[in-house]
Amino acid sequence: MILRVRDLRKAFGGVHAVDGVSLELPRGEIRALIGPNGAGKTTLFNILTGQLAADSGEVWLGAARISGLPPHAIWRRGVSRTFQITATFGTLSVFENVQVARLSEARRSLTLWRQAGGLERDRSQALLAFVGLTDQAARPAGTLAYGDLKKLELAIALANDPALLLLDEPTAGMAPAERSDLMRLIVSISRERGLTVLFTEHDMDVVWSVAERILVLHQGRVIAEGTPAEVRANATVQQVYLGEGG
Amino acid sequence: MSASLLLVQLLSGLAHAMVLFLIASGLALIFGVTRIVNFAHGSFYMLAAYLTYSLAQRLPLGAASFYAAGLLAALLVGLLGLCVEVGLLRRVYQAPELYQLLLTFALVLVIADGVRVVWGTENLTGPEAPGLGGAVPIAGQLFPTYDLALIVLGPAVALALWALFYRTRYGILIRAATLDREMVAVLGVDQARLFTSVFVLGSFLAGLAGALQVPRQALTNVMDTTIITEAFVVVVVGGMGSVFGALLSAALIGVIDAFGVLALPRASLVLIFVVMAVVLIVRPWGLLGRPAALEGAESAGPVTPEGAAVPRPWLWALLAALIVIPPLLPSFLVWLLVEVLAFSLFAASLHLLMGAGGMVSFGHAAAFGLGGYGAALLMQQAGAPMPLAFAGAPIVAAAGAAVIGFFCVRLSSIYFAMLTLAFAQIAYAIVHQWYDLTGGDNGLLGVWPPPWLASPVRFFYLALAACGGGIALLSLIERAPFGLTLRATRDHARRAEAIGVNVRRHRLVAFVLAGFFGGLAGATFVYLKGSVFPEYLTAPLSIQALVMVLLGGVQSVAGAPLGAAVYKLLDTLVTRYTGYWQAVLGGILIILVVAFPRGILGVVRDRR
Repeated sequence: MILRVRDLRKAFGGVHAVDGVSLELPRGEIRALIGPNGAGKTTLFNILTGQLAADSGEVWLGAARISGLPPHAIWRRGVSRTFQITATFGTLSVFENVQVARLSEARRSLTLWRQAGGLERDRSQALLAFVGLTDQAARPAGTLAYGDLKKLELAIALANDPALLLLDEPTAGMAPAERSDLMRLIVSISRERGLTVLFTEHDMDVVWSVAERILVLHQGRVIAEGTPAEVRANATVQQVYLGEGG
Repeated sequence: MSASLLLVQLLSGLAHAMVLFLIASGLALIFGVTRIVNFAHGSFYMLAAYLTYSLAQRLPLGAASFYAAGLLAALLVGLLGLCVEVGLLRRVYQAPELYQLLLTFALVLVIADGVRVVWGTENLTGPEAPGLGGAVPIAGQLFPTYDLALIVLGPAVALALWALFYRTRYGILIRAATLDREMVAVLGVDQARLFTSVFVLGSFLAGLAGALQVPRQALTNVMDTTIITEAFVVVVVGGMGSVFGALLSAALIGVIDAFGVLALPRASLVLIFVVMAVVLIVRPWGLLGRPAALEGAESAGPVTPEGAAVPRPWLWALLAALIVIPPLLPSFLVWLLVEVLAFSLFAASLHLLMGAGGMVSFGHAAAFGLGGYGAALLMQQAGAPMPLAFAGAPIVAAAGAAVIGFFCVRLSSIYFAMLTLAFAQIAYAIVHQWYDLTGGDNGLLGVWPPPWLASPVRFFYLALAACGGGIALLSLIERAPFGLTLRATRDHARRAEAIGVNVRRHRLVAFVLAGFFGGLAGATFVYLKGSVFPEYLTAPLSIQALVMVLLGGVQSVAGAPLGAAVYKLLDTLVTRYTGYWQAVLGGILIILVVAFPRGILGVVRDRR
């Protein structure tokens, strides 16, 4: 198991956003995390990456406990993510967006007396080529179209060659053709490198076609877990979630 | 100290607190709804005080003249607020926070000179409030009747505001806008009118405070800056945007002020800043503020991408000119050039913080002053030769920056700005009151370079090496992996920490580096002038550096020296022809912010 989560809880005021979630992810699996809005998916992601402290519970990555570590330390151990609302560095060029992540991975973020220009060039360009943004490399990220921003964020997230990739609605706001392209990329990199992927998604077509297993969250609790076929057949899931219009 | 004296002191602290509350509540209200930090709020207060003074003499209403004058003055200031909001602020609501600050700061300068023109620089003593003159005995002590009336009036105003906020539709809108501006826009409220009315109401409250202050205090030209500093402290301590936090903290600050003068007369200057620093460190969102205010400040920096570097050949030509020309110039021009060099480095060091780091410091003068005092004290107290002292001064400043930065870098946006201001004021107070070491008010004199360096041209070359070298290094740092990463943390702090960047550490390193080079600039300046004074650590100098950076254009470090040069030249030229440099500077700033928000270098680039 690459990821083990035990009885995670987080409340905001009186609202239990994450209410005793446990899960295990084997290496190389692509798992979807679904649930209605407010089910606690993003909160769970924020806890896994250390950007939010859990009230209780534990997160283990391989043999190491990572809950309680700061976000940058968790990233160093190989957990990378994208954000639901795309998060890139708007005034930096597309190339620099990836380069800055590569420099961090190479532990050169604090280098003062040397121009950044050519450092980590090849790896950064390879990442841009991988997501198909080579042509846009020189543009400020803030000027990219939405779909390209999603691709850029994926390139940034892959910069440390992560063991576990958390994608928060990776295709939201993209055109259907772009969606399947992007998901195909993610599947291929997972197969090639044994990368474990946990992703949230509202587009059920994407979920059914990509996920090997599915975890269903509702009101902060896991209400079902299994293969797409099993989840599809689950009565509770149909009642609280799929019935609503999925 | 008798109990009755303490009681009277408490009451007089509360009376002061009520005036503070009036002005701070307006400030908090405006910030809460429009997110504008209105520096000019203190100027509105001062203007109303002067207007009350003049109107009370002219109105033919006998005993009622004073009260009518006060109300009329407050209304007039409210009207001024209307003009300012509609004519200027509306244009910058979408601009980065920094430009809004600069605009209201420009108003401070213009109004200050305006008051000087109309009412002169002599202190004026206003009339007593008819019917409330004299004093009443309280526990055997005499206490001014007017102050007692204020203590009653303050809670009455607070109650009226409470009724407005919680019992009217308008008040509900204001509270909703403070919580979530987008939501109010979605609800179909005319946001422009809401903003305008809130700004007018806030200005009116400032005017009322100014009018009420007339019987208590002589009118002076510095009323504006004195009160705005205190009002900011009140608002920050109470929680930005929280009117009732302002009431609580006004009472706290007023009373601390009153007792501070009794208990620690030597530390009275600094006490409220210590209070603010402690509150910001322990509870960064203030007593009654909400932590949420800290989020959403992820992109405090410039919204435009970094500009391309200045072409190399231009730089070499500039350097060649700076080497060849000075021996040909009269010495006063050479001295002026040294001053420009020192401020170029000072502005460039601030650029690392606010440009690349997105951390707008209101206290960068602390680095300048610490470098200056470091240079002077290393020579005079430690007996170091000048070259050694010159090299040591920036290290002193960097050490100071490390301490200050440790507390400041965890805060974002306006809280960062206020805490840096607080620390700079604390450093100022220490320097000001540690007479045995620093000479206090008199400063340290006779801090000259040795004879072999003292000629204008030789000292110029030293300054060129130190400041030019410093700027070159800063420029390299901004383009190094560190600078790139720093810009990334500015653009999106959460994204940056999710690519393994320790955001706080990067900010701290930037803070220390800025302190180092700011200190080098200060040391250069001190050897130029041969003296160092506590004023070198104060807010006006910090603001000057901010203005220089913005004047040049915040997008590139090359803008900072350009801004410094333009600023110093304008300063020298304008003061030669008019005594109203502040108003001219203010006018320039207003034009700059409204018409050229990207600075000189930005305009030049856009033309190409």
